Amino acid sequence: MTCAALPPQSSMGCLKMKKYSIFSLAKNAGNYHKDWERAWRSPEPKKEYDVVIVGAGGHGLATAYYLASKHNITNVAVIEKGWLGGGNTGRNTTIIRSNYLQDPSMAIYELSRSLYEDLSQELNYNIMFSPRGLLMLCQTEHELRAMKRTSHANRLVGIEARMIDRAEVKELVPIINDSDDCRYPILGAYYQPRGGTARHDAVAWGYARGADARGVDIIQQCEVTGITRTGRKVTGLDTSKGHIKAKKIAVVTAGNTSLVMQMAGLSMPIESVCLQALVSEPIKPAIDVVVMANTVHGYMSQSDKGELVIGGGADSYNNYSQRGSFPALEHTVTALVETFPIISRLRMMRMWGGIVDMTGDRSPIISKTDVDGLYVNCGWGTGGFKSIPGSGSVFADLVAKDQPGEIAGAFSLDRFKQGRTIDESVAAAVAH
Amino acid sequence: MLVITCPVCGVEGEEADFHCGGEGHIARPATENPDGISDDAQRDYMFMRKNPKGVHFERWRCDRGCGKWFHACRDTVSMQIFGYYGITQRPPAALLKKADPLWQAHFEAAKKPSAKKAKS
Repeated sequence: MTCAALPPQSSMGCLKMKKYSIFSLAKNAGNYHKDWERAWRSPEPKKEYDVVIVGAGGHGLATAYYLASKHNITNVAVIEKGWLGGGNTGRNTTIIRSNYLQDPSMAIYELSRSLYEDLSQELNYNIMFSPRGLLMLCQTEHELRAMKRTSHANRLVGIEARMIDRAEVKELVPIINDSDDCRYPILGAYYQPRGGTARHDAVAWGYARGADARGVDIIQQCEVTGITRTGRKVTGLDTSKGHIKAKKIAVVTAGNTSLVMQMAGLSMPIESVCLQALVSEPIKPAIDVVVMANTVHGYMSQSDKGELVIGGGADSYNNYSQRGSFPALEHTVTALVETFPIISRLRMMRMWGGIVDMTGDRSPIISKTDVDGLYVNCGWGTGGFKSIPGSGSVFADLVAKDQPGEIAGAFSLDRFKQGRTIDESVAAAVAH
Repeated sequence: MLVITCPVCGVEGEEADFHCGGEGHIARPATENPDGISDDAQRDYMFMRKNPKGVHFERWRCDRGCGKWFHACRDTVSMQIFGYYGITQRPPAALLKKADPLWQAHFEAAKKPSAKKAKS
């Protein structure tokens, strides 16, 4: 392919990428959809790249996309030990919100949420963003006050949010149990009208296609086995497909971050735990908002296929196996059956787990490191999907300029040493 | 699901009968040296974790039994529990041998300050 050799284009990037539209759909329908071209290449790695991104999940692919589209850095590889979007990007519950408490968090999560608004147009790929509205139930007096505080903080910085009472909750979610006759009656809710969901795989695929069209090599089934350096500077990576030289290395490997950074001799303030989710059998439309019930540890939304998508708290102990334990699921389902009595006889079809990287303050790390040319983006914990566009955007700035921008600066690694942690253990909600 | 045996009272239970207290053997720097704690030492104590893929040493509490804390040696991939030992004890040599070099280095380093202390 000749993408890398082409001059960068302003909007669509590479001329090779065929635009998806109603006309291309109609044209391909005429031929029984046999002639769709591949959305991205499967190249062999080159000997050397300006930037190698480790991890082709949403964050890694978004970083590659913004490096190419915003900074015109296209000699970039994204290497992935499995298949792209096969880690937490394909395992989350697709919720998008920005109702965090601290200023740096609100800045990055709202940047991300706002980028989601027109991401389908930007990528020419339907990510099915659905700002259907998001509720965080308040089921104790304490939670009611905490969420009021969050809603005020959100409104001060321009994030649309308001508190609603039980009657309005019932109006938005008719299937909810609004009686007083339960352990945790609903006292009200935080409401973010522009929160919602998107199609998680499509976000990875859209960024992959956009990055590939601009000349980025996405190399799947290529595992990193070592990071080489001379003195304080990185020189490249040993991989299962041979050595790849790199001027800069950006590690975006979520639950495996500790292991990859260890290859460069760095330890991380992270613990890897399993976070599980499950889906029910498909049913008719029953709930058209996202509802989170943090006191009882469960949240639920309905997918376009009709399945109820359910998530809960993380398992309590370190885990690298991508398989969770049954008590955590049982706890979540128990809570949701009380909140939504009609689901009590619904069968659950699938359950799965992803390995999330938890930091001590439940906020992410977007940072340079003590090794020159080595950058890390991790610690998104249980909130990675919602932050993909914002994270990719600010991390690309950091990697391109070797200098964090205004938003990324707060999330540097040295905050743990300086004691300026960004405590989001309440906003991160259910999963700790 | 983990099935755990409390080494203190001997009761066997599921993981929900116990509470995981996270990585073990994290020494609080202020205990040894209240006046001279570096920012690095405090960060390591508060936030840095070994997070190994494989054999791990962690603290558990026998929540619905005797209520005592103890250490367990567990594999973070296979979930197999290799053994238990007391909350004040170091891992037995046989278990330590199985673990990541990070853990072996940890106990090597932990020996040093007390050696220094003995000299002074």
